[in-house]
This record gives sequence, structure tokens and C-alpha cells, in this order.
Amino acid sequence: MSQPISTPPVTSTDSALLEVEDLRVAFASGGREIRAVDGVSYQVDAGRTLAIIGESGSGKTVGCRAIMGLLPAGTEISGSARLRGSELIGLSDAQLRRHRGSDLAMVFQDPARSLNPTMRIGSQITEAIRTHRKVSKSGAREQAVELLRLVRIPAAERRFHEYPHQLSGGMRQRVMIAMALACRPRLLIADEATTALDVTTQAQIMELLLELQQELGMALIFISHDLGLAASYADEVVVMYAGKIVEQAPAKRLFGAGGTVRMRYTRALLDAIPHLERDAHTELPVVSGRPPDPASLPSGCSFAPRCPAAADDCRAKEPALAEHAQGHAWACWHPCENGGAA
Amino acid sequence: MTQASADSPTGTRDDKDPLLSARDLVQEFVVREAGGARGGIVQAVSGVSFDIMPGETLGIVGETGSGKSTLARAVLQAPRPKSGSVVFRGQELTRLRGSALVSARRNMQFVWQDPFGSLDPKWQVRSIVAEPLAAHGVGSSGSRRKRVEELLDLVGLDPARYARRHPRELSGGQAQRVAIARAVALEPSLLICDEAVSSLDVLIQAQVLNLFERLRRELNLSYLFIAHDLALVKQVSDRVAVMYLGKFCEVGPGESVYKQPLHPYTRALLDSIPSTEPGAARAAAPLLGEPPSPVNPPSGCRFRTRCPRAADKCASEVPQPRELAPGHLVACHFPLTGPAPAQSASPTVPAAKAER
Repeated sequence: MSQPISTPPVTSTDSALLEVEDLRVAFASGGREIRAVDGVSYQVDAGRTLAIIGESGSGKTVGCRAIMGLLPAGTEISGSARLRGSELIGLSDAQLRRHRGSDLAMVFQDPARSLNPTMRIGSQITEAIRTHRKVSKSGAREQAVELLRLVRIPAAERRFHEYPHQLSGGMRQRVMIAMALACRPRLLIADEATTALDVTTQAQIMELLLELQQELGMALIFISHDLGLAASYADEVVVMYAGKIVEQAPAKRLFGAGGTVRMRYTRALLDAIPHLERDAHTELPVVSGRPPDPASLPSGCSFAPRCPAAADDCRAKEPALAEHAQGHAWACWHPCENGGAA
Repeated sequence: MTQASADSPTGTRDDKDPLLSARDLVQEFVVREAGGARGGIVQAVSGVSFDIMPGETLGIVGETGSGKSTLARAVLQAPRPKSGSVVFRGQELTRLRGSALVSARRNMQFVWQDPFGSLDPKWQVRSIVAEPLAAHGVGSSGSRRKRVEELLDLVGLDPARYARRHPRELSGGQAQRVAIARAVALEPSLLICDEAVSSLDVLIQAQVLNLFERLRRELNLSYLFIAHDLALVKQVSDRVAVMYLGKFCEVGPGESVYKQPLHPYTRALLDSIPSTEPGAARAAAPLLGEPPSPVNPPSGCRFRTRCPRAADKCASEVPQPRELAPGHLVACHFPLTGPAPAQSASPTVPAAKAER
């Protein structure tokens, strides 16, 4: 086990657009306390892309919803999330709504459910613009068509008058992105925004998001279960398991030739992706079991019950996330050597 | 392929009889406009032919709306295809009715995408798995109980823990295992999987894929494995068919389709897969646009409106499947083996010349 160079792993710099520090989210469910997010810290700079990766229930979505102020009342949120230095955690709904209009926006997985099926898409975008800005109806209309063009919707003028059901899944997601961009946010959070889409459409939407990021200088956080997406499109990667960050590094450091994945959970996620290079009918390397019940986490490392390298110390004491190499943090007593590639 | 040559449309084998043989399957649906007026006809499947040999897995890959799920249902006769033939274990399914169809289908089971949608929420796991056994009158209730325990074991669920649970007490991966246990209860020879692992987290997905692989070996199962993820399909399949707007555009051995794709659409699908090489997926330009409406598909080659190689001929002539490598067929006037056509569509493309 190597000694950490420094701890905590995230050192703030002046350029960070969003700084999340020791974020914790807990809620009660059936009389039990569930710590959905348990001490998460990261930062995103303007113009950069952060991928937050994890399985269902890892806390990746809950953490971002806490920052957006989109969790139900009664949820306990502590820690800090500063956007350009101003604190978001603990703000009132009205204060947060102002941020959501101008600084923060989010795109969700299912565009069909996020759009109003009875309203023409043009009216929905116009409404989004007029909620946040004082503009005339015709001015908002012009901006809405402009936004549809910005997200590369062909024949924007005509699409403006259509209903959501007349659009394909990919086009609907473009409309959702247009609405999210209505007030030129500094940070866009895309929560599994391409998961429901075909692989060719997914590639189109990811390219669009990265192009828009360059054009508008936004920071982008995308939440996904797909490490392949993170490798292809992110600058920085955060891997979450059972409410905690277990590995954090630049994408270039983790993936590709000479990639150095250290956390065995990250390795397992990477190995489980079907690769075209693998021969048909070969057994995929798998870890058994499933993520722990968040209401009764195992002692020590949460991943120990599923980890092929778990030893007694893993079950006894939880490894802290610490920066062991420049920009690369992991939380493991027995990390992979040589990236752990099989 | 789209138009079957008389004998062996999907390969060169003729030593054994295929388990399943589909010929010229066509499925169409009438779209109604407001008030019930006939709005048009969706050509969901337009003349698809393929064989599946015993113990073989045929993977079908395609985007939403390519007709791959409709094709699976046409094979199952649910609903019956508009025209074409489906011969399964020597029986022509399209001519069977009622109980004859039910008993012929006993050897053909299916697993759909949403496990919860296909499991009755009020039933316990053991009743769900025993249901096909009871429906076909297999064994006594005592022997069925034993068989259910074996089946749950087979799919990696401890009968003591899971037999009495209800679907809501299962995770997605566990529910999909129950659906698989039910599907293999009657020891079918063909399992049709339509996006069967698409809704699962990647680690659970790998577990279920390994389970399919084990069942293939242990029960000598054949699969018709349908998914939109080409890498996933290739992992489980002996042969892969690529479907676009109701037609097969390429069929071949999985390795050969991936290493030497012949159809520009297959190339585009391969380029769209996120890679674990940083930045690799961004090197290739993504496929532009979206599939056109199946109500009014393009003339000639249906992919031509998005194809970087499209020429005049592609609009006027439907490309017929041609075998360019052993067992590897492509329906394209300008397959990727030859140079791209000159924009004037000069007829001197070697690959195109060979056929005509």
C-alpha cells in the first residue's frame, strides 16, 4: 500500500466553476436512515467535462440533484457546493430557482416524460425563456427558434410548431438541451441523457454537447453508468460506489494504452463492457453479487464483499479516498498494479 | 437477407437442416390518423430471410424502428407475419392454428427487455417459473416443484431465498433471471432474446450474458439475440445480421462483420460505439441524420439518404444481397471492399461489376 501524497484529494483552485466539498445527502426510508451520498468532493472548471460513473443506487444522481435543489423536502443535505464561489447548499427555493435559471441547468434521461405532450415544443421553449428573462413574446419566439438551430434541429421553424410525439427520441433530447440552454447556463448537468438513445444518436448527442460546451464555454457534468462514454468524452472521471467516490482521475490517466486503473471496482466496470475485440462466446470477467443495501452497509470497504482481492484489513477498516499520484485518487488498501488489466 | 436465393441465403451450410428457417418475412401495420382514416402503411419488416442452425446464435442489431422486434414477433407468430414462411423444427408455423401452434411454440421461448413487465406482480417466483410446466401438463405438482428448484439453481438464484418472493422484491437482474428460468423451463431449442440485457447495469448485464453462454453450452440452446448494441451482439453470436428500416443490409460471421464490415451502415454503427480509448470515438464523424419514416421508405437502397457513398444507382435500384466472403452477405451497390463511387455513378466499380 502506498502512502498518500496529500489528503483530501481535491485542492481548490481559483478557476473552479463548481466546487463540491464533503457533500452528504441522507433521507429516511421505512424508519431507516439511508446515506445516499456520503462525503463527496470534486470540482469542475469552465469548459471542462466531468463524468460521474456508477451503478444504479451509487448516489451519482442524488448528489447532483442535491446541488440543483431538486430533492424532496425532508432530505438532509450537508457539506458545500459553491458555484463561482457562492454557496448553493442551504439556499431557499426562490434563491435556487434564480441559479437554476441562469447558472445551472440539467437534462434528464427520459425526454418524453420531461416534455409536456399537449404543448407545441416552441411554446415550451418560449415559456422556459420567459420564466427566467424579461423578453417580449416575439423576442422569446426568435430566441427559441435560434435555440432549436443551436442544437442542430433541421427545419427549426417548422419543428417549432410540432408536438413532442411528432419528434424522435433523439430530437426530443435535442429540444430538452435547447430548453436547458435557454438562459446560457455556466454548468450543464446531463443525467443519463443518452442512455435511452440508439448508439448512433448517442454519438450525435454527445458530440452536440461537447460542441455546445466549446461554443458557450460551459462546464459539463455527465452522469452515466457507462465507463466507455466517460473514456470517450470526459476530461475528468469520478467513480462512485455506495455513496462514496472510490476513484477519481483524469480520463487520460485511467483509460487507453498505459491506463492505470487502481480501484478494482473501476476495473470490474471496465472489464464487464462487451468489447468488439473479445472473441464470441468467451466468458466475461464478472464480480459476483450486487451493490450493498445503503441502509446497512458492510463494515470496512463497501466493495469488499464483492472484491476479488479483499483481505481481512478491507473488512476491518474503510480505506479513505486519498490522492496517491498526481491528480489520481483512490480508496483501496490493495489497489491494482499495472492498471489491473487481465 | 432481403431476397432469399433459392437454397441457402445466409450461409454455405447444407449438411444439416436448420432449426429455424425464415423466408421473405413481411410485416406491415396500418397507421390511423385522427378519426381512424388510413394514414399509411408502416413497412416494418420488408422481406427478411435467415436460418438458425441447431446450437447456433444469430444476433440481430439495429436502431430503434429498424423492425428487429417486429421480426422477432413475426417469428413467434405474435402477430402472424403478413407474408412469408417460418419453418421451425420442420413445421411451417404460419399455417398452424390454435393448439397446434401452441405446442409447436413450446420449443421456442422468449425473454423481453423489461423483466417486470413480463412477470405477474401478484405471483410468487416459484409459480411464475412453474407456469409453463403446468400449462403444458409436464409432470406432477411434486416433480414440478423439484424442477422449479433446479431451474432457479440453474440461473443462479438460491431457491430457499427466492422461490417465495414476489417480483417487486427482486432487483432488475434477479427478475430477468426469473424470466430466463421460466423461458428455459420446457427445455426449448430456441430462445428469442429481445434487448434482454439492455436495461441492466453493466456488472449485472455481464452476469446474465455469462448465464446465457452457460445455458447455450449445457442445454445446446440456439438463440435469436436482438439488441441495438453491436459489441454486445457480437459477444454472444456466431453470426450477426445488421438491420436497417425493415431489411437486412449485412449478414455474416460475427468476427468478419466486425473486422471487415462491407456495408457503410455497419461501419457507421461500429464507429458510434464509445471506446475505452480516450477520445477514440470522437475521431470518427458520427452518422448524420435519423432513419427516415418506415411509412415512406426511400426508393432503392433504404440507407442511401444517410450514406456517404450513395450514388444515382442507389436511388433507382434495390441492392440485392451478394456473398462477398464465405457466409458474409451484403446488400449494397458499393460495398466497402471497393473504392467509393464517383459522384457521377460510373459503372466501373469492381465489386458491383462482379455480381451482374
